[in-house]
Amino acid sequence: MFNTSLKLEKRPSDSQTMSYLSPLLAIILTLICGGILFALLGHDPLEALYTFFISPLTDAYGWAELGIKVAPLLLCATGLMMCFKAKIWNIGAEGQFIMGGLGGSWAALQFLDATSSWVLIPIMLTGMASGLVWAAITAYLKTHFKANEILTTIMLNYIAVNALLWAVHGPLKDPQGFNFPESALFVDATLLPLISDDYRLNISIFFGLFALVAVWTLMSRTWVGYQIQVLGEDAKAARYAGFKENQLTWFALLTCGALAGLAGVSEVTGPIGQLIPSISPGYGYAAIIVVFLGRMNPIGLVFASMLLALTYMGGEMVQMEMALPKSLTGLFQGMLLFFLLACDLLISYRVVLVKKVLDKKVSPSATIDAAS
Amino acid sequence: MKSLKTLVTALTLSATVMAQAADNVKVGFVYVGPTGDAGWTYSHDEARKYVVDQLGDKVETSYVESVAEGADAERVIRNLAAKGHDLIFTTSFGYMNPTLKVAKRFPNVKFEHATGYKQSKNVGTYMARAYQARYLTGLVAGKMTKSNVIGYVASFPIPEVIRGINAFTKGVREVNPDATVKVVWVSTWYDPAKEREAAETLILQKADVLTQHTDSAAVIQTAEAKGIYAIGYHSDMSAYGSTAHLTSAVHDWRPIYLAKTKAVLNDTWTKEDIWYGIKEGVTDIAPLNDAIPADVKAMVLAKKAALKAGTIRVFDGPIKDQSGVEKVAKGASLSDGDLKGFGWYVEGVDGKLPKS
Amino acid sequence: MDIDLITNILYATVRTGTPLILVALGEMVCEKSGVLNLGQEGMLLMGAVVGFMAAVTTGSLFVAVLLAIVAGILMSLLFGFLSITLVSNQVATGLALTIFGAGLSAFLGSSYVGVGITGIEPMSIPFLSEIPIIGKIFFQQDPLVYLSFILFGVVFWIFKSSRIGLQIRAVGENPEAANAMGINVHKVRYMAVIFGGAMTGLAGGYLSLAYTPLWAEGMSAGRGWIALALVVFASWKAERIMLGAYLFGAASIMHLVMQGLGFEVAPNLLAMLPYVATIAVLVLLSSNHMKTKLSAPMSLGTPYRPQV
Repeated sequence: MFNTSLKLEKRPSDSQTMSYLSPLLAIILTLICGGILFALLGHDPLEALYTFFISPLTDAYGWAELGIKVAPLLLCATGLMMCFKAKIWNIGAEGQFIMGGLGGSWAALQFLDATSSWVLIPIMLTGMASGLVWAAITAYLKTHFKANEILTTIMLNYIAVNALLWAVHGPLKDPQGFNFPESALFVDATLLPLISDDYRLNISIFFGLFALVAVWTLMSRTWVGYQIQVLGEDAKAARYAGFKENQLTWFALLTCGALAGLAGVSEVTGPIGQLIPSISPGYGYAAIIVVFLGRMNPIGLVFASMLLALTYMGGEMVQMEMALPKSLTGLFQGMLLFFLLACDLLISYRVVLVKKVLDKKVSPSATIDAAS
Repeated sequence: MKSLKTLVTALTLSATVMAQAADNVKVGFVYVGPTGDAGWTYSHDEARKYVVDQLGDKVETSYVESVAEGADAERVIRNLAAKGHDLIFTTSFGYMNPTLKVAKRFPNVKFEHATGYKQSKNVGTYMARAYQARYLTGLVAGKMTKSNVIGYVASFPIPEVIRGINAFTKGVREVNPDATVKVVWVSTWYDPAKEREAAETLILQKADVLTQHTDSAAVIQTAEAKGIYAIGYHSDMSAYGSTAHLTSAVHDWRPIYLAKTKAVLNDTWTKEDIWYGIKEGVTDIAPLNDAIPADVKAMVLAKKAALKAGTIRVFDGPIKDQSGVEKVAKGASLSDGDLKGFGWYVEGVDGKLPKS
Repeated sequence: MDIDLITNILYATVRTGTPLILVALGEMVCEKSGVLNLGQEGMLLMGAVVGFMAAVTTGSLFVAVLLAIVAGILMSLLFGFLSITLVSNQVATGLALTIFGAGLSAFLGSSYVGVGITGIEPMSIPFLSEIPIIGKIFFQQDPLVYLSFILFGVVFWIFKSSRIGLQIRAVGENPEAANAMGINVHKVRYMAVIFGGAMTGLAGGYLSLAYTPLWAEGMSAGRGWIALALVVFASWKAERIMLGAYLFGAASIMHLVMQGLGFEVAPNLLAMLPYVATIAVLVLLSSNHMKTKLSAPMSLGTPYRPQV
């Protein structure tokens, strides 16, 4: 009987090396497990993995498409990051995205005879304002009634979906569209400029990157950002220091609403080009994963949104090329996330082989903050 | 079934005449739901499998399921085109504009879009006259109801759904002028539990025959549990309630998919706007339940034969709208154009058409 | 509206609320121990598909329900291993579980689509079912609905007056202190997570075996999320979960009933009703905010790892 076992031991400080190695390790583990899974299903594992992870990005078109998916994810995730830093559990980016798309579409439809791209400015602003207003409801309910934001944002997401359905079946329906639930096509002047005419990628990717840099600067270099961080880390201390908790809550939620709204309006004036009943394939929810996967770090957010976008595209590829079902994409994403989360353990802990401690004296314990 | 064979034979014959055959074709399908939805997407995928069965190694198919009708659709369609597919079926209304955009960039690839109204040089459209089967099932419902209230669980007020409600109601009223059709909108294509709730609501309001225009079989199951009748949609739903299930209005995309694939194979493809129904076997009714009296069965089958022969049309006048205003005079009929943009209820539907 | 209609609406309300109650009660216990499991939707689907597959292959609904529970437990163990043993972030792990469960259930169930079974049928309880109105509403339901009543009682009792309840709460409020008191924090959290998984698996079984006896991909249609919101709504109290679930159920029935009664409101606007109602009631309930604030487990969402 060996009296040894594997134990987790907290590192004195987080390992820098591991924070880079852990995603790599996770990806390798996913590739191994994925390969086994593909082999069990009777496919050549190497070919399948190539199709899933590499083939979507073998040409410029693939990269442009990746950018189209990264832009909304990044915008939503940036806003969410700010909320989560303040420990405001905003699950509502999806609803804010939808309202942004809805408001922006309404604006775009007011300019059906526009010829100058300047009209894009009021359209984008309307979209941002719509997302902002949607987030303001949550902020109001939270600051005035202490209504929990997890609940209100989930409910508001559903309400937003129904509002979109109502609008697209009703007031915003294309009068010439045979009663089908979609708006008229937006005119060229109201569409976001493309980066290159050969691809669909538009300037919204710059919005995403700019927002990320701006929010990051705000969080790390300004007084407001500092207050938000403190509020998230220790609400009592924040109150003691005289920070205005309600104002900070409003600020974080409204910023997130505006960014998610911008993502929404960029989607309808970008790759979609009209209002339709399903403008979001769940970007607002996926962005939550991006925030945690990216460890609330700007570079991390960029890579996490790229990785997530890639798994969706890879899922389409394996369906097309290898006739594998879509459900496999979910399995794969789940597996990848599980491994990433598990490997992140190695950043703050190391695995050591220890002799079984017979003396069960309890040593001072430590907790790790969920958001760190 | 027979009509299917005739059609196939006819097309095969015409195909042999045009002897400029390609060796094999790659056909791509874009589905809006999972192939496991038991409804709309399922019916398309069954037809895809049939094409593979029929043409063997002459055809290679691939599909992408659960493709959101947003920005993703265009990429999927484009990738299918770029990967050497010769023919691509996009099977939901929301793919209309993405299909057209991609088609412009791939002039040599043929596209077929289901339920849309825009065509281009290499984009054809196809649709099923499901309303014909709806009308026939309406006849059954009108005869089988005792309470004279028939429940209809509907998804969204789009022309396709409204057309179905109107055709169904027309059938009901033709055999039972006292009956009305009550509609409940669930605002979803697919949520079995909600569909069940809607069905129960209709039963509370005295409905004793139910039908649905949503994707699951929950309505049939509810009827079975409550001991009333129901009529299915999309596919034969008798497995979900052997006593309750009277019949179903079903789609059969096989003739279209086979014919179009062969056309590309033989290089005879042209863009068309096809709207096939009972005659071509694309729309049909499932076998009638034995609970239906023989004379009713005979009447329904006679009407089906008449529809097939073209001696009657579902929306032959006189047709009144809900307010009693005559919309179609006796001897006239609604045109296909009218049907495609249906935006009002015929007399006999209980409740107002949502303005939204 | 006559009394018959109202009784029937309430009867349907109880059925509609049942899956929400099961999931929410399980999640509440889980959250009380300080673990936030956002993977409910994935576990729900796994319970539904495994239950249905078992019903088709074994023909026994009893076995099917048991296996649905087992499926939920296995999923929760996966979650527990990552979030408790490997101290991963709970929010992200839960979301991953949802994605994974949705994918795996679709994968497993693909050949069971379109298969019909005879589901669990209502079973009147003698005497009780004959009470006017109440009997019809509560005691002519199917056995799983009765089970939800019993499980409510169990959870209520656990936190009212049991040692286990105290331990769970201690772990959820302050794991360090609980540890110092000699409570095995990990064990308690694992038990709570497993209980949550079992409850959600059962709820999945309720959907695919009793409510709508069929399998189709994604058939839970977001009920896991609603249940998660209900736990917050209920401010971690079992009796409020019952209230919230029935309220939500009633509102979702009403939006359909109102259409039949001839309300001329667009159906999409009516469909907002359950969500608006839930927010409205939450706002009313939250008026006494000190109380609400205190009820959230202090360590919720925070992994715990004693130093060795």
